[in-house]
Amino acid sequence: MKPSFGRFAFLLGTALVAGGALAQGKTQLLVYTALETDQLKAYEQGFYRENPNIEIKWVRDSTGVITAKLLAEKANPQADAVMGVAASSLALLNSQGMLQPYAPINLDAIMTKYRDQKNPPAWFGMDVWGATVCFNTVEAKKRGIPKPETWKDLTKPAYKGQIVMPNPASSGTGFFDVTAWLTLWGEKGGWDYMDKLHANIAQYTHSGSKPCNQAAAGEFTLGISFEYRANTNKAKGAPIDLIFPKEGLGWDLEAFAIHKGSKKLEAAKKLADWASSKDAMILYGANFAITAQPGVAKPLANVPADYEERLVKMDFTKAAASRERVLAEWNKRYNAKSEPRK
Amino acid sequence: MAAVLDSAAPVRQRVHWTDRTGHLALAAIALALAAFLAGPLIAILAQSVEDSRGEFAGLDNFFAYFGTPALAQSLWNSVWVALLVTAIVLPAAFLFACAIARSCMPAKAVFRTIALTPLLAPSLLSAISFIYWFGNQGVLKDWMQALGIEQIYGAPGIVLSQIFSVFPHVLMILVTALSLADARLYEAADALGTSRARKFFTITLPGAKYGVASAAMVSFTLVITDFGIPKVIGGNFNVLATDVFQLVIGQQDFQKGAVVAVFLLAPALLSFVVDRFVQKKQTSMLTARAVPYAPKPRRGFDLAMTAYCLAVALLMCAVLGMAIFASFVKFWPYDLSFSLRHYVFGIIDGEVNVAFLNSLKLAFLTATAGTAVVFVGAYLMEKTHGADWLRPGVQLLALLPMAVPGLVLGLGYIFFFNAPQNPLNFLYHSLAILVLCTVVHFYTTGHLTAVTALKALDAEFESVSASLKVPFWKTFWRVTLPICTPALVDISRYFFINAMTTISAVVFLYAPETRLVSITILNLDEAGEIGAAAAMAVLIAATSLAVCILYLGIGWLVERRTQAWRNLK
Repeated sequence: MKPSFGRFAFLLGTALVAGGALAQGKTQLLVYTALETDQLKAYEQGFYRENPNIEIKWVRDSTGVITAKLLAEKANPQADAVMGVAASSLALLNSQGMLQPYAPINLDAIMTKYRDQKNPPAWFGMDVWGATVCFNTVEAKKRGIPKPETWKDLTKPAYKGQIVMPNPASSGTGFFDVTAWLTLWGEKGGWDYMDKLHANIAQYTHSGSKPCNQAAAGEFTLGISFEYRANTNKAKGAPIDLIFPKEGLGWDLEAFAIHKGSKKLEAAKKLADWASSKDAMILYGANFAITAQPGVAKPLANVPADYEERLVKMDFTKAAASRERVLAEWNKRYNAKSEPRK
Repeated sequence: MAAVLDSAAPVRQRVHWTDRTGHLALAAIALALAAFLAGPLIAILAQSVEDSRGEFAGLDNFFAYFGTPALAQSLWNSVWVALLVTAIVLPAAFLFACAIARSCMPAKAVFRTIALTPLLAPSLLSAISFIYWFGNQGVLKDWMQALGIEQIYGAPGIVLSQIFSVFPHVLMILVTALSLADARLYEAADALGTSRARKFFTITLPGAKYGVASAAMVSFTLVITDFGIPKVIGGNFNVLATDVFQLVIGQQDFQKGAVVAVFLLAPALLSFVVDRFVQKKQTSMLTARAVPYAPKPRRGFDLAMTAYCLAVALLMCAVLGMAIFASFVKFWPYDLSFSLRHYVFGIIDGEVNVAFLNSLKLAFLTATAGTAVVFVGAYLMEKTHGADWLRPGVQLLALLPMAVPGLVLGLGYIFFFNAPQNPLNFLYHSLAILVLCTVVHFYTTGHLTAVTALKALDAEFESVSASLKVPFWKTFWRVTLPICTPALVDISRYFFINAMTTISAVVFLYAPETRLVSITILNLDEAGEIGAAAAMAVLIAATSLAVCILYLGIGWLVERRTQAWRNLK
């Protein structure tokens, strides 16, 4: 058996080899993202066509993990830029002074409601992901459940134990649903609605995608989720219909920001310029019905024409500020007694 | 005889230089545990007394958390589920371990390997598999409902999945505890006409006491801290571990998350106390004069044991089998035709070519470095003397990792190693940090297995060598190591398999160059690509299985070379 320092020397050696492999000709940009892998490939290629001297290194994970990771690294930031992460998360990072404000060359083309209100903005939106209900037609038929059209429909007795929604304490998607209901019907009306909805909820999940995935697999009939996940599940052949409740939809943005302290600021700005360009928006439009530059995205098959008008008015800063209070109330009402009810 | 030995030890007055070497090595282990476990843990747990701006806040977060109405519910849920799982898994695994160590059952190696299958794939997979068996579209849903369980989501699913996933961890400790026994005790008992039950309660159980206690603590703690299973199959059943997930990942509230993590350390502290208590009472089974126990064929017993192991093995194969089935099905549950698209999709989407190689590297390095550190550490703790001020600290640090949820450990690593003033900062974003984190994450079970193996050996070996002026490392190399090689093989296999599937800690630590295939599975599941997630898990399981077969071969060679003494007549 080798003495223990030998093992440490060995480990250190591995570390050095791994570190040395980074040396290459191109400028390497470390970008944290919550985008899907196939989107990454398309966006990356689009960017390389105009910026062949920059190489993007992605760190990809779910929004929650990426945000937690960025916050934990605050003392010694690693990322140069953040791309395709929820605007609500970026607003949080911005409140901690972690973002580098920059006005990309295409900023004027981006709708003001889809970017940080300050100039230069700390972040700007790429595309919108709005609330969507995934409705499994096969299971509905089996159980004789009618297709709902509105949020209020979901409180009808027919849907008891058939609805899954994300837990707002675990998921940004769940939180914007709650925010939307409170915006639509005010404090009292919003909580009254959720009380009634709670009686029909089978499960609060820990991810925003999960409810639609469960509806797609027929585990539950209805999953309150978001547009992109609904579209991908339907494209895979899941027997689901997409419902965009008429009263109004919660939403968030996939957004872009430069990380403060980046040592590759010029390259990061190049990426910001590209991410706000029409070329990029066309690529986003393949996946999302609403892009931050208006009129770019082609209509998607399962999305209604007036989708954008159904989005509720969102104030990300205000939503972030009231988040703790809203979640405490939500937990008090639904979490402490969230055992499956008979 | 033990009394004679005990009184013999303090006679030596001068600390010999070989002992000093032992102390130095122990100090090195302590330092390593401090740097790679205590440091990161303190870095994150310190946040429990800070407010969101990093100012000292005293116990405010604790009081705020006590005020949460859901806390009592989560706490109670966590505790009773963990107790129930432990109460089921401990006897079940004990029986299985008896079959392996104390019967003449055929095909032991095969059973042993099948019992490892829960480790072969991320725990996520077993949860998915149970949903396919018992979920709302599940194949056996009606059976379950006939038993009076309305739905799998919630406590039933968590208990079932946890039993399945904890089983191999517990089994490894128990097999080690039962493999080393002194045949003379049984011979004497036989000569006196002792009944089987009495032999079991007076010889077998006392001999395995340390192993049983450790296994119980491991099971309890693993269930309390795991959030992967409750997240997927727990439905609305809240437990402490999902609370941590909600706070840290859902709300980025590190301060309150750290408060819950502090709570989760309680079982480890408890096991530290229990450990010290049991340690005093445990006597070594294998004295220097011992005749190793070799099971004799007993038809009825062997047959019963084979039947039991077969039943357990079938259940395990059913879980893995469903996952394999799911990975080949076009679209569960609506189109069950055969398809390879999940494999194609997973391999392309996850860029598995890079990630797979990284995972293999990680697993290999973890298995090598982890086994060496764990075993040397356990040996120094068990078999050397002096430097007593160091020992409780090392023991505590060895038991803590099992109580730390992976995501807490991962974030702790970021806070600690990413700090610019940390001289070890260069490790950040390297493969080495993934190796270190994984070794630490799975340290406890490895450590307990090694200690269980070492406890069975009489201290007389060391005393005799000391009186012959043989330095302790020669005894270690010539006696201890060969006797313990089966346990060593087990530990290194354990590290390898776990490194292939670990997600929760490393998800925070990988860099673009060190992506791992296990993380791909998590992302695929999140994206609704459950089939592809299952496919990737099956690929990992197949790889680990191949490695297990390799280990079987090694085990067989090792057995022949080092365990010949067992068969001396």
